This record gives sequence, C-alpha cells and structure tokens, in this order.
Amino acid sequence: MTIEIQMPALSPTMEKGTLAKWLVSEGDEIRSGDIIAEIETDKATMEVEAADDGRVGKLVVAEGTPDVPVGQVIAVLLEDGEDEGDIEALDSAPKPKDQSRQEAEKDKTKATKAPEQAEKAPTANAPSPRQNGQERVFASPLARRIAAQSGIDLSAVKGSGPGGRVVKRDLEGAAPLVATTEKPAPGPAAVGDMPVEEVKLTSMRKVIAQRLTEAKQTVPHFYLTVDVAMDRLLALRKQVNEEEDLALSVNDFLIKALAAALRKVPDANVQYAGDKLLKFGRVDVSVAVAIDGGLVTPVIRGADSKGVAAIGAEMRALAEKARAGKLTPEEYQGGTVSLSNLGMYGIKQFDAVINPPQAAILAVGAAEERAVIRDGEIVPARVMTATLSCDHRAIDGAIGANLLTTFKQLVENPIKMLL
Amino acid sequence: MTDKNFDVVVVGGGPGGYVAAIRSAQLGMKAAVVEREHLGGICLNWGCIPTKALLRSSEIYHLMENAEAFGLEPVKPKFDIEKVVKRSRQVAKQLSQGIGHLMKKNKITVLEGTGKLKGPGKLAVEKDGKTEEIAAKHIILATGARARELPHLKADGELVWTYKHAMTPKTMPKSVLVIGSGAIGIEFASFYRDMGADVTVVEMLDRILPVEDADVSAHAEKAFKKQGMKILTSAQVKELKKAKTSVTAIVEKKDGKTEEIKVERVILAIGITGNVEGLGLEEAGVKVEKGHVVTDEWGFTGVKDIYAIGDLTGAPWLAHKASHEGVICVEKIAGLKDVHPLDKSNIPGCTYCRPQVASVGLTEAAAKEKGYDVKVGKFPFIGNGKAIALGDPDGFIKTVFDAKTGELLGAHMIGAEVTELIQGYAIARTLETTEAELMHTVFPHPTLSEMMHESVLDAYGRALHF
Repeated sequence: MTIEIQMPALSPTMEKGTLAKWLVSEGDEIRSGDIIAEIETDKATMEVEAADDGRVGKLVVAEGTPDVPVGQVIAVLLEDGEDEGDIEALDSAPKPKDQSRQEAEKDKTKATKAPEQAEKAPTANAPSPRQNGQERVFASPLARRIAAQSGIDLSAVKGSGPGGRVVKRDLEGAAPLVATTEKPAPGPAAVGDMPVEEVKLTSMRKVIAQRLTEAKQTVPHFYLTVDVAMDRLLALRKQVNEEEDLALSVNDFLIKALAAALRKVPDANVQYAGDKLLKFGRVDVSVAVAIDGGLVTPVIRGADSKGVAAIGAEMRALAEKARAGKLTPEEYQGGTVSLSNLGMYGIKQFDAVINPPQAAILAVGAAEERAVIRDGEIVPARVMTATLSCDHRAIDGAIGANLLTTFKQLVENPIKMLL
Repeated sequence: MTDKNFDVVVVGGGPGGYVAAIRSAQLGMKAAVVEREHLGGICLNWGCIPTKALLRSSEIYHLMENAEAFGLEPVKPKFDIEKVVKRSRQVAKQLSQGIGHLMKKNKITVLEGTGKLKGPGKLAVEKDGKTEEIAAKHIILATGARARELPHLKADGELVWTYKHAMTPKTMPKSVLVIGSGAIGIEFASFYRDMGADVTVVEMLDRILPVEDADVSAHAEKAFKKQGMKILTSAQVKELKKAKTSVTAIVEKKDGKTEEIKVERVILAIGITGNVEGLGLEEAGVKVEKGHVVTDEWGFTGVKDIYAIGDLTGAPWLAHKASHEGVICVEKIAGLKDVHPLDKSNIPGCTYCRPQVASVGLTEAAAKEKGYDVKVGKFPFIGNGKAIALGDPDGFIKTVFDAKTGELLGAHMIGAEVTELIQGYAIARTLETTEAELMHTVFPHPTLSEMMHESVLDAYGRALHF
C-alpha cells in the first residue's frame, strides 16, 4: 500500500494553505520526522514533517499551489518493494515536474476515478465539512436557519456532528458576520493610462481584510484618550537597563502596565460572546508586530503575572519568529486585549481597530517632549498619548475609563506595577 | 478461570452494562460483565419487558370485554392470573437467555457474583463466600437501582408490594392502592384496573405523570377516571395500617382532610434509589449524592479509570438512557473521535398504560420557562381515520416549536400506540429538523403517524383535517 500525505491542518482554523515549497524531490528516501515541505497559511509559514518512512513516489501538488484544502493528498510515499506503478491517480491537479510518459498514461486511464477520490480525501481525515468556499457545507436544517437568521457564515464554522456536520451547538457563540467578505467587490477598472499593478492578496492580507472589516462593521467601537507623563517610566527604564544590563523597550513596560491595569479592572478583561460575556481570569496581551506584507499579533500569556524582564525576553523571541514567518498558531491565537504602538514612527495619536473577538485595543503614540502645566508653571515633560478602543457590547464607558486611568497611573508611577 | 485481566469490566449486566460490554468488544477491547443475579438486569427480568407482557394480557382482556363494539359475538372473558404471570416470566427468561448468547457471540466473559472495587485496577468478585480478584484497566459501574422505600412506606411482599411483587401476583386482588403516579405506578394502575380491580392512585404532586406535559397529565387523569380509577392528587399517604388480608391507608388530601382507604394490596411506586451499597465506593473515593453516583457527562466518576452509567447515576431512570450512556462511556474510553455527551432532552419517555403516553424534549411549560417564544400544535385522535377504525379515538399529539428558529423543542402524545410513534420525533430532534422538513415529510395514509404531521401543521395554523 502506498502512503498518502495529506495537506495537514496546522491550526484549528486552517482550511487551506499554500504549498510554498517542497524540500524533497521525487525519488528521495525520507524518514519519519524529516521536514518535507513548507506550507504558508494565513498567518505563518510552517513546516510539514513526514509521519512515515518511505521513498517519495510522487509530489501530487506543485510547489506554489495556493489554497490547497486541508486533507487533500499532496504527495505519495512508496514503501519497500513498491514502485511508481503502485500509485493510483490521486488528483487531476497539475503535476509538478518531469513526469514519465507512463505516468501520464496511467493518469488518463484512471482519470474517471480521480474526482471521486479527490472528493473523499478531505473528508476522511478532516473534521471540517468543507473543502473550499464553493463546496457544499454540511449542516442541519436548524443550524442553517439559525445561521441565516443571525448572519453567521456556515462555511466558517467547524462542524462537530456526524461527518463534520454543523449542528446547533456549533453555532453557540459563533460571531455573526454581517458582511459577506467572501467575495470582494471588484476594484475599479484602471482608468485611462494610469499605471496599475495587480498584486495578488496573500493569505495574511485576506485575513486582515476580513477580520478588520468584520470588526468595524459589527463591533460598536468607542474611543477614550489620555495623555500620560512618561518621565518616571523612561528614567526607570534607563536605570534598569544600565544596572541590569538589559535592553528593555518602552513597549515592554507598556505591555506590563496594560496587563497590570486589566488585573486591577477585571471587568474590562472580557469578551462579548453572543448570548454571554466571557470574563477572563488571566491577562494575555496580543502585541501588534509589523511584518513584511502585513502584521501579526503574538501573545504574551499571563502578562499580568510576569515581570518586565521576562516579558521583554519573550517579546523579542516572538517578534523575531514573527518576522521570519515562523510563529506557531499557539503563539498568535487568543489574547484578551491588544496593544498597538506606532510611537517609533513619530505618530502622536491614533485609533486602533479592535481585533475580534477581543473587546479592547490600546493604541499608543510616541513619548515626545511637550509643554505641560504643573503647579501653575509651564514645564517641559515627556508625554505619550494613549487611546483605548472598546467594544461597547462588553465594556461600558465607565469601565473603559477606569481601565485607561489605571493604566495612566501605573505608567506615571511605574513602581506601582510591582504591587 | 483462565485469564483475569481485562480492558473493561462492567459491574452489572443490565441494559447499561451488557451494552457497554458489547460496544467494548466491538472496539477490540477484552471485556467482562459481573452479574449477581441474571443478565438483562431489572429491565429485562423485572421491569420493562415482563410488565409489557402483563399489559398485553390486560389489553387483550379489555378488547375481549368490548368485543361487541367491533361487531363480534359478546363473550364474558375470564383469566387465570397464574398463567398470565407465567407467560410474563417466560418472556423475561427467553430474553435473558438471549443476552447470554450475545455475550458469547461477542466473546465477553460473564462472571457470576457480586463485584466490589479493590483498589486501582482491581475488582473482587464474590460468589457463595468465595472471592476471586480480577484486574481491569477500566471499570464501569452499572449496578442499577431499586424501588425507593420510606420509613412509613415499606414493602413486605405480602400486602405492600414493590414492582417486583406487583408483577408476580398469586391471586388477583379486588382492590389496589398505587402510591406514586410516575411511569411505574401508572402502568400497574392501568394493568390492575383493566383486569378488574378497584384502583386508587395517590400522587403527592398536583397532577399524575408529573414529568409529562400538563395537557397529557390532564387528559390521562380524565381517561383513567372514566375507566373507573380513583385518583387523588396533591395527596400523601401518612400511614399504612395493616390487617390480616387488607391494608388501610391514611391519606391526607388536598383540602387537609384525611381519608381512610381500605384495599387488599398496596403498590409502592415512589421513585427509585441507586444500588450504591457494597461496591467499595467510599474506599475508592467515588462520590455518591442522594443515593446516586456522581459522574461527568462521559460517566467518569473522577476516580481514575472508574466510570458509572445508567440508573446508578440518576434520572431519567430508563433502560435506553443506560444503554446509550454505556456506549458513549466506552467510546470515550477507547478514544474515539466525535463522541458527544448524551443530550438528555433527546431521550424519549414511554408509559404503557391505556391510553399510552410518550414524549421527547421540553414540555410547553418548560419551554416557556426557558424563555422560548413557542408555537404549539395539537391534533386529536378523533380527527384521524386509522384511530377511529381501530376503535381508539381518544388522545392527542402535541408539538412545541421555537417560534423563532422552528426547532422542534418537544413532542407529547397520549393515545393508542403512541409509544411506537415517538421515535419519529426523536429522530427529528437528533437531526435538528425544523418544522419545514417535518411538513415536507410524507406520512403514510392511513396511519396514526399522520397525526404527527397534522400536529406540526397545526403549530403553524395549517392543520388539514381538523
């Protein structure tokens, strides 16, 4: 029996991925655990390990093929004593490279079987009922009706019923999608002689587009802004970096301050979940990191109970992995709040879009010298403007204000973060 | 005994236990059942099955008494209670032997004796003073339950009966008092009434069959009273005064007044309690609350490798609930994917009185209490051709829908053969159909099932035949 290697689900939400690169060629002997391919998903590039020993009989999906559904056979391994003749035609997808005439013949004769097998392949191992946007979604009549009534995109819901069928319980807490983000509106045609370059959207770009559209259209945002005196925090940072030989950034302190503030105001460490409110017992801070072609939000888990040095070290490791596109889903999924900092670009103030299903995001600008009035005197001070975006379904104005004021007090008196 | 090491050992060979063992064997695990009395448990030996045999006798008797209504020569039927009981016992015996064959076929070891937990992975099986120790990777407790008694309501097997005595009467009592109007109490009340006894039912709550929809309870009470049954609701038996061949019950009624009811026999049907004794539960650290073992939704007791299913773990005390829990528990042990906990609102309940009662899901009152905006449909037997042809035009089928989503929240039936109809709605609930699919389904004519269709149509103001 030949061994089929299928497109793996590298994260719970992954439906399809781009086969970015093959690291093996047909004919290679491989062992279980060898890295055989790189798969690009919406957020990261991940490596695929071989689960069995064998010889690569056929690379079914060509390098660079986008949107390969989870579960589709991407390669076939031959075991001892088997040769290419044992390979069944698995897919009518374009073959990667030099293919023997014999194989081509075989494909032809088996061509009628191919679609049926391609149909079967994904459902065999994938719990998810869909293969791509066009396929039939298996769902109970009740689930269909509830989805239609509350504007939930069924194809985005993971089914837990028999054969991956979407049933009522799967829709509890599913976020309604008011906008149909599946089909982007056709862009305006190039006008006259305007030079236009069409750039294919990366998976990440599509996710950013979909999620932020969803956020702005379905999450009732409101914004709160404060000015925060940074002198003490900057002095403290300088001191610990010098004395402890560390390289902590201002942002590391702000992550800690945000987490500590949420711990003091737990009513803001929440999430709106349809018919209920989730109140979290731990603060996980998602930190926006700009990378080539978009941004990702690696998560500092339990930031409320970590020291600034630990946060700094973790943050540097995560940012490095993020830029290399090597973040694992566990490292960027979840989070109870987000922090976005554009201070390094000299931005004074901005309003960030909430990262659903989270209920708040803090946008901070640069710590700049400003003239402030203290005790009736105009004095120079380093001031940073911070704006909190809140989901009004989960956080009311007073709670948001309490959170932001607490954050301000912590940053202005950083010693309090120790308490 | 050749091998004493098992993957799964089930203590108790009732419908929960033996099914769990069969499912274990199907999944390639080496399974054993420990049974102290007879395979099939209460259900098969002293419950569901033998009572159905008795009720069949009383049904035929009732039909013979009413033969003239069907154009048949009137007869004065007679019965021999000994033979009626003998047939019931024979049915139970045949099925119990059948379970033995199933065990053999699935290569399941049956250990006769009483099982007791003996530390992690160990179980002692005691029979006739001899104890044998066996090893089990997983132990499933399925010892079932027995009739509940109260200090002032205790069975003696002579004048005061539990279900077990009530299904093996030596003579036919002229009068019977049934305490408790759940499924067990009502079935015996119906049997003894149809066989000619004067029957009184005392129920503590304000209606009989209290778990059923209020409309069903009301209809049942009316039907039973018409048959000559005496029914006292919101009433309590305070004392049983036993004489030589009769019992006088002191009953406190709704209005606070007491009434003395003198009967030949009393049947206790005041609920059941789990068989938690002698299993070594306390030593093992298994939690017991209100006479039942506490488990999570998979039957796990919280103590490593010890599980419990069925009546032992609490209501609803139904054989099919026990079997289903057994299957789920074993599939979870085997690490199967896509196993889901049993949704108790999808467990149908059946009572085989005359007229029969069956239901699944939420009652109308429960649905409203949960905040649903409901649509209710009701269709009477009198509007159904088959019911009239059968000479059984009494009863109705009621359906409760969520007005918003069209989810079938519950179905409640009373009337001839409804226990055979309810599974249609049970499937509908499991498949999550809405009213639309039920309306589009073709129900064959002429059948009683057409009323199921009409009830759905009625919920949406579209009933055709009424």
